Amino acid sequence: MSVDETLHQVLDVSGRAIAPVPDVPKEDLRRLHRHMVSMRLLDQRMLSLQRQGRIGFYGMATGQEATVTGSAYALRATDWVFHALRETGVCLWRGTTLEEFICQLIGNAGDVLIGRQMPMHFSDRRVNSVAWSSVIGTQLVHAMGAAYAAKLQQHDTVCMGYIGDGGTSSPDFHAALNFAQVWQVPAVFFCQNNQWAISVPLSAQTASSSIAIKAAAYGMRGVRVDGNDLLAVIQVTREAVERARAGGGPTFIESLTYRMGGHSSSDDPTRYRDAAQVQYWEERDPVRRFETWLRSEGLLTDADLEQWTAEVQDEISRAITSAESLPAPPIESMFSDVYAQMPAALADQMKYALALGKGTHVEGAFPL
Amino acid sequence: MPQMTMVQAITDALRTGLREDPRVVVLGEDVGLNGGVFRVTEGLQAEFGEARVLDTPLAENGIIGGAIGMALYGLKPVAEIQFVDFIYPAFDQIVSELAKFRWRSAGQYSCPVIVRAPYGGGIRGGLYHSQSPEAYFAHTAGLQVVIPSTPSDAKGLLLAALAGEDPVIFLEPKRLYRTIKEDVAEGVFHTPIGRTRTARSGEHATVLCYGAMVPVAVEAAESAAARGWSVEVLDLRTLVPLDSGAVLDSVRRTGRVVILHEAPRTCGYGAELAALIAEQALTSLQAPVLRVTGYDTPFPYTLEHTYLPDAKRVTAALEHVMSY
Repeated sequence: MSVDETLHQVLDVSGRAIAPVPDVPKEDLRRLHRHMVSMRLLDQRMLSLQRQGRIGFYGMATGQEATVTGSAYALRATDWVFHALRETGVCLWRGTTLEEFICQLIGNAGDVLIGRQMPMHFSDRRVNSVAWSSVIGTQLVHAMGAAYAAKLQQHDTVCMGYIGDGGTSSPDFHAALNFAQVWQVPAVFFCQNNQWAISVPLSAQTASSSIAIKAAAYGMRGVRVDGNDLLAVIQVTREAVERARAGGGPTFIESLTYRMGGHSSSDDPTRYRDAAQVQYWEERDPVRRFETWLRSEGLLTDADLEQWTAEVQDEISRAITSAESLPAPPIESMFSDVYAQMPAALADQMKYALALGKGTHVEGAFPL
Repeated sequence: MPQMTMVQAITDALRTGLREDPRVVVLGEDVGLNGGVFRVTEGLQAEFGEARVLDTPLAENGIIGGAIGMALYGLKPVAEIQFVDFIYPAFDQIVSELAKFRWRSAGQYSCPVIVRAPYGGGIRGGLYHSQSPEAYFAHTAGLQVVIPSTPSDAKGLLLAALAGEDPVIFLEPKRLYRTIKEDVAEGVFHTPIGRTRTARSGEHATVLCYGAMVPVAVEAAESAAARGWSVEVLDLRTLVPLDSGAVLDSVRRTGRVVILHEAPRTCGYGAELAALIAEQALTSLQAPVLRVTGYDTPFPYTLEHTYLPDAKRVTAALEHVMSY
């Protein structure tokens, strides 16, 4: 299998089509754009909520809307997604509501995960999004194993494993790609190369000529796409997904993008990177690029954008109000789901905790 | 009823599991054509095919992480780690992922993976083919830790684990793999997880032990009988969940306790047992609770039988608690 290190593009930086446009219904093109607009607005509103102390932590995907949305679009609802911090937008595309998302950020009783994980660790089986840890890269081997299980049971499910550029240095990345190619499983490994792992730049992460080239070590098909070009991301991901579904084996995709904000609400990127670089990528903004093309095709108007912005802002406001009205999860919720049946020793601990009631809240000296 | 060694009993359990349930798969290094380095999976690939009995690339994190993915998607994987000493590349996948999937997904996903691994010393295996790391896993919420000491228990516990819904760390005392042969029932039977086995009944003292230390305890109990001491040997069989009721019942009856394991002493599983007894049966005790364990050193090659507890050390501990 060959690796193509050419950066695939459909739209150039100015939003002009320079290659055949993938077949996407017009209504979907508009929905895709609305989704990217809503992701960006959500980032702004949630970061502001975090700054006000109303949620504890937030991780933005600003600048990465096209790579998230385009890759999500290429999947079927029945496909499984093994994602991490920067891909909550995939869940939102697949049907997660803003209120469900915000409940998870708060960790309240309405949270699908009932307050068990820190903010931004959203997942929900109803959209085939698999629960993940904060340890980098670990979900990729799960995607590989699940894809094996799908193949063994002759299902046509494709398993999509997301990872960042930093994650490609992890042992689980290596194991996942190696096993996947040896076993020819229906998986796609999608690397959002946003060029920064917190403060460590790509140049300090790998000496490879690209991220995509790493596929060659596994004998795997590797491709490289401009992650700020929604149409190119759709094209490349769709091809990989359908190849996997048809039994053609896995693909490794490097989607080149840029993390416009900090790693998270706790991070100050001005400590380690140059404003000129940020400016360079600002000019390659994925939302504006796609917007320019949609306008040139007559698929988007100022009125659409105004309407969508107003609608999304209103949806977010209503979701915040509703989510903030919900109580914290009950003490019992800490003790269930450790095992299918609660062991007697744990039931004793739960009784003890219930008798004591809620603990004394002490704010950490350095809240994350 | 056929006579089987522990290796044969585990093979039989795997074969039974693979026959009874199409979701069961076996994976690990050399488990296919070669039948595993201890021959535990011998003949399984020939019977069930390469898709269900898989040789893996040599990466423990890939084996366990892959098994997790398979379990999430509905399979029941039995993953073999060739020696438990090689489990650490998969430690993160076990403690951060496998153990926590049910909880962190609020019950939406479960991971019924069985991790089988031969453990323990006494086979001239040196530092990296002899260790007993059970305490690391017993410390992690979400895992069950099972350690059989007889062929029949090995089969019954493995089939019970396969019928369960949660992950199991299944540690096999490789020193006993071929030393004991006993009747093992054919077909499906379950030895319940979370129940001790009384390896020998007694009234004057209790030895709490598991795995390869059970025959050592029984040997010491037999020699104690010659001195008129009736020593009970409880084979814990599962460390998590612990059958604390049976442990405390025995301790309350005898009032004297020796805890025996080959793992190092500090923060070993014996410390948990001693704490349980101190918290819940202090007034029944006639003597201090003693531990006979491996030493707080790495596992030695030449001196392994000095490191490993033997009947002599157990007897010395019994003398101490009986004469206290």
